[in-house]
This record gives sequence, structure tokens and C-alpha cells, in this order.
Amino acid sequence: MKSKLNLDFSVVDQARNSAKNIAEDIQQFIDKHTTVAVERTVVRLLGIDGIDDIERPLPNVVVDHIKEIGGLAEGASFWIGNAMIETGKTPQEIAEAVSAGELDLSKVKQSSLTEVQAVINEVAVKTVETIKGKKEERDNYLETLGEGPRPYLYVIVATGNIYEDILQAQAAARQGADIIAVIRTTGQSLLDYVPFGPTTEGFGGTYATQENFRLMRTALDEVGKEVGKYIRLCNYCSGLCMPEIAAMGAVERLDVMLNDALYGILFRDINMQRTLVDQFFSRIINGFAGIIINTGEDNYLTTADAVEEAHTVLASQFINEQFALLAGLPEEQMGLGHAFEMNPNIEDGFLLELAQAQMAKEIFPDAPLKYMPPTKYKTGDIFKGHIQDALFNMVAITTGQSLQLLGMLTEAIHTPLLQDRALSIENAKYIFNNMRHFGDEIEYKQDGVIQQRAQKVLKEAADMLVQIEGEGLIPTIEQGKFAGVKRAMDGGKGLDGVTLKGEVYFNPFIPLMLGGAK
Amino acid sequence: MSNALDLTKVKPYGDTMNDGMVQFSFTLPVPHGDEGKEAARQLLIKMGIEEPQVVDAKDLGVGYTMFTLYGKCTHTVDYTSIHVPKVESDVMDKYGVEDFINENIKRDIVIVGACTGTDAHTVGIDAIMNMKGFAGHYGLERYKGIEAVNLGSQVPNEEFLAKAVELNADAIVVSQVVTQKDVHVKNLTNLIELIEAEGLRDKMVVICGGPRISHELAKELGFDAGFGPETYAEDVASFVVNEIVDKDRV
Repeated sequence: MKSKLNLDFSVVDQARNSAKNIAEDIQQFIDKHTTVAVERTVVRLLGIDGIDDIERPLPNVVVDHIKEIGGLAEGASFWIGNAMIETGKTPQEIAEAVSAGELDLSKVKQSSLTEVQAVINEVAVKTVETIKGKKEERDNYLETLGEGPRPYLYVIVATGNIYEDILQAQAAARQGADIIAVIRTTGQSLLDYVPFGPTTEGFGGTYATQENFRLMRTALDEVGKEVGKYIRLCNYCSGLCMPEIAAMGAVERLDVMLNDALYGILFRDINMQRTLVDQFFSRIINGFAGIIINTGEDNYLTTADAVEEAHTVLASQFINEQFALLAGLPEEQMGLGHAFEMNPNIEDGFLLELAQAQMAKEIFPDAPLKYMPPTKYKTGDIFKGHIQDALFNMVAITTGQSLQLLGMLTEAIHTPLLQDRALSIENAKYIFNNMRHFGDEIEYKQDGVIQQRAQKVLKEAADMLVQIEGEGLIPTIEQGKFAGVKRAMDGGKGLDGVTLKGEVYFNPFIPLMLGGAK
Repeated sequence: MSNALDLTKVKPYGDTMNDGMVQFSFTLPVPHGDEGKEAARQLLIKMGIEEPQVVDAKDLGVGYTMFTLYGKCTHTVDYTSIHVPKVESDVMDKYGVEDFINENIKRDIVIVGACTGTDAHTVGIDAIMNMKGFAGHYGLERYKGIEAVNLGSQVPNEEFLAKAVELNADAIVVSQVVTQKDVHVKNLTNLIELIEAEGLRDKMVVICGGPRISHELAKELGFDAGFGPETYAEDVASFVVNEIVDKDRV
């Protein structure tokens, strides 16, 4: 592809190489550790689900028990497998027995590691087959029903009540939406467990639970058949339960999941050791299940300035790309985030936004980039807001973006009303149709404002990556280089759930899933 | 209809004084069609709107319809009798505040801010506290004589207060952006209760802010002041330094 921006791709290669070294450095740490969330995920994938009589999820009950007996370093697979051999019970029956206080996993007679691995592997292979089946189901829908053209129209529902969400989601699909994201209730990212069952109460969003996933999936399949295209479902595998929710998403055939350790570190104050280890397993699951991940770089620009700090977004995208590759997630599933967040009063701001969006597309040509709408400079003036969103849509169609998170004219006022969403969809449909091949028809002036802007941002990102490569990612975050937020290695939430892996540790799903459905 | 402006009987203005013209848009949970349009029209009449006209009706896809209408308002308000409680302090600019501290307080003051409860939206608190500020108005961190500490998002009220005590805060600033189902009111009430239980109410200036916060609501909840949209660091700083002097907490 010829660069419209006259980008120097040797700088791109250099930046990519720095990012690779940065990610590999962190990967050494990741490979030595596990977390309570990773182990709860393993337990779920082994078939343990449900709650006890005080509504504690059984995966938590089991992993807390393993932690209490000092066995987290061996991993849940080791303890469950051992108990399966000795008791002849299924993982679910073992969990129920542990919950009832009838079984202490440390008191079970020890079998050989080879035997334990064999019995666990048998269960794990079945789960992996189920997930593979879900991926094939999606492929089948895409083949028979088809899908909307890119950019996909991506809208959110956030009523707090899954049944109300379904009504809003089906309405949006009929209006033309391609992706429905169910926003989580505020605060769920900090819960160290995943709530159970259908839920009807939430603030600013709806709880991510496996049952809610299932209900929404069914509703979207239904409306998809009616409108004649596959409707994708998006939720969040982020926060303290990142890999657990990734596993639920894989089983319930979600299509898009937000997944970004850096976002959690910076904006949710989640401990970086915890969430980097969690992210690795999450991305293995997402990658295997054919789920597009969304990363959260766009958020940097809600706190830092979109003009001055544009290069931090690009630098972070390079790093996220490498973390994803290490987890076997292909470029076609990397929804790297960026945003249209410049102050609307900037003269020629549109040119700068256009330059950056085109730059992201040229640097990550196969990635379904997630493009976020203006939010920071939305004021409550809904009329101007609608025009800001129109400019955002024009940049997206001109530069070939993939996942278009539609702006709402009522941003900064309330979570979208039914009619707000309809107006946004109409705005995007109008512009995408009316300007469909505009981008194919235009070139940018040699050394003009647009070309120079993109070249400058790329250069700054490459320089930043060289610096991070020298100093390490963790000190960079500690110094507040991303989003202007400082986080400490041992600070934040969830550190006590991190542990070094012991000698007999094994996670059967990593070898089974890493590298896609080969 | 008189063409003269009478401030005791004010009504909306379209293009002619006292024409009462209002623009409406809303959704009714009824199908798109003539009956739906008539329902929207009748609703406006019940709202005191004369000559309602449905100018657009859109099918929203679930048997619901969105309407755009115009009509003439029959009601009036007496503008001359209106009283709105406001934060009563003369707003100084950054340098004014710095000079005021230098002359009247003669020490650095400490302001601790946070976005509390489950609220994760730091846009507001960052705009007030952080060095950069917002829209060209520098944040409190940049003020000489103010030690500004931004605790960020999702800070539990208890932790927020503990930190304020530890830092010997002269003022605390709490931001609330998420307001669905009035979660902000519950959270702000809880904070005031904690402050009172700890006997701290007379020791520091307590302020809240956010897109849905008014000074009136803040006072009602027991805060010293509330700041809504279009408030910048200098508004908050001016209020705080004046309060410190007025309440003899220098």
C-alpha cells in the first residue's frame, strides 16, 4: 500500500522492534507468575460454576480455599486433578464438596504429576472443543447471514437492567447497528469476583455475568436473523476478573471484548503485576475464541491533551500489539484504540485528526481499529455535539476505520436514550453512505499539514518507545508518561492475588489455546 | 398577544415577542403512524402548548416512535420574582488567589480532591485539580500557595476523609459525574454524615461539583458550595480562600 502520508516505514519498523523488546521484557515476569483471577478462570474452564448459599461464586470459594492451604503456587489444575483421581468426582462436585466444608484439598492423597496432568487434560480438551465450536458458530453466521460494511456501527446500551438492555439493543440493530456493547455497571472492574445470574440493577451500566451474556447473545441472534446480518456483542474483560470474563465471553460467543492492562493500571488503579499476568491469559482465550479485543489508548486523551500527547497513544498501540502477538492473538483481532478528542476550537483541528486516523490505519493495516468519538469537549450543547460526531464520522469513513463507536449528542448528559442512539446511527449511516469512497479519491499534499502531523507523531512515538525500551515499561508508568497518571509497581488493587508459580504448576489451557485454533 | 416584553410574564421567544415558540423531541412507546402523531399532539396540548405541530416522526424499530414537534407555550413566569442561590464569592483569577493567600492566609493551604464512590469519571476533578486544568484555566496544582492533591477515581468516602485528615486539608473537593438513579446524592449524603460523625465539619471547607450539581443542591446536602458545569479552578480557589478567611481558619 502506498502511504498517503509519506510515512517513513523504517521508523515504523524501529518502533515495532522497540515495542517487541518492551513486551518480551514484561513477558519474562508474566511467565513466572499466576494470579487468583487466572486460577479462577482455569477452574471455570474445568466446568466449575454456580454460587454457594451466601452467593459467593464457587470459583472464588475453590481458589480461596487453595490460597488458604498455601497451594496457589501449584495452580488450581494441580489440586483439582489430584482430587479427581482420589475421589472420582467431577470438578463441579469437588467444588461443591469444598464449599460444604467436606473436602480439604491439602488432605487428599498425592498422585503423580503425570497422572494429574492426564486427568485434567481430558477435561480441558472438552472445554477447548466447546469454545472452538462457538467460533465455528460465529463463522457460520457470518457466512450465512453476512455482516454490515466497515466501519461497523458500534453502540452501547447501559440501562442497568439486562431485559431493558435487550429491548434497546434490538432497537439499535433494527436501526442499523452492527455491534452492541453492554456497558458494565460502574465499579465492577474492582470486584474480585464475577456476579452470578441475570441482573436488573446497576449504575451507569449492567453487570457482566455469564447469564446476562447468554440472554443478550440469544436476543442478538434473533434480531440478526430478522435484519439479515450478524450482530456482534461486546463486553468488558478488564479489571480484577479480566481472564474469567474472557472465558465467559468465549463460551457465550461474544465477538468483541475490551481488554487492556494499561487501561486498568492507569484509570482503575489496578496493580500492574496482577493485571499484566491476567491480561496474558485473557488474550490467549480471546485469541483462540476469535474475539476482537479493544484496547483503551483512546482514554489517555480524556486526561492528557489530544494534540500534545497523540504520540503516547501510538506508542501504547505498538506495545499492545506486541503483547497481543505474544498471546497468539492475530492482527485481525486487534481492535487497537484511538480517538477524536481534540478541542473543537483548534484551527485546522480536523486536519490533525484526519492525519492521525490515517496514520493509525497505515501503521496497523489489518487491525480492526477501534475509533472513539469526542467526549471530553461535549458540553451538553446537543446541537453542536451532533456536528462534532458528524466530523468524527467523516474522518472515519475517509480513513477506513473499522469499529466506529458512535458518538452521542447527549454525551456528558446521560447514558443514551433510545432516541439518542437512533439519531447517532442515522448520522453515521448518512455520512458513511454519502462519503463511502471519498478516501479513495483523495491524496494529501506533499509535506502539507496532514503529512507533517502524522510524521511528527510517528517520530515522537518511536522516540518514546526507544526511551521505554531503555528504562523498562514499569518505570515509565511509574513516572506518569501515559495519560499523565503515575502508578507504582506495588500500588493499586489486587497485588495480594499475585504469586510465583511453583515447580509443579501447570495451566492446561495455555498450550491448548496458544496459537489459535490450529 | 402583546408584542411588548413584560418581565413579570415571560414566555419563550421564537421570532416574535411572546409567540411562545418551543421545540420538542421525545419518544412515545407506540407504533409509527397517524395515531402516534395524534398522541404526541394531544400530549403537547396537555402540557399547555397551543397549535402543536408534528414536524417529524421516526420509527425506532421496536414499535416506538420519536417525534419532533413545535408549539406555542401558554404559560408564563415572573422573572422579577426569581431568586437563585449562588456561590457568593468574588471570583479572582489565579494571580489574585495567589496574592490573596500571600496577604491574608500567609501559609500554604491544602486542597484534597477525589472522584468518590464507584464513580470512575475523573474528567471533572482533573479539570479543577491537575496542573493543566481545562480550556486554558490552569488547575490548582499550578497555584502558588496551594498544595493540591488529586486522589483520582473510585475513592471510598472513608479513605478520602482519612487522607484529608492525614494531609491536614483546608478544603476537600469531591466530584460526581455518574448520576444515574441519583447515586451521587446518596454518596454525597454519606460523605457529609461521615464528616459530621468525625467532628470535622467545622475544620474544613467541603465542596462538591459535577455536571448535575447546583449550589442549591449542595447546600441542601450540607456542603459549603456546589459547582456545576463551566466552573474552573479559579472559581473553586476563590471560594476556598475566602471561606478560610471568613471563618477564621487562617
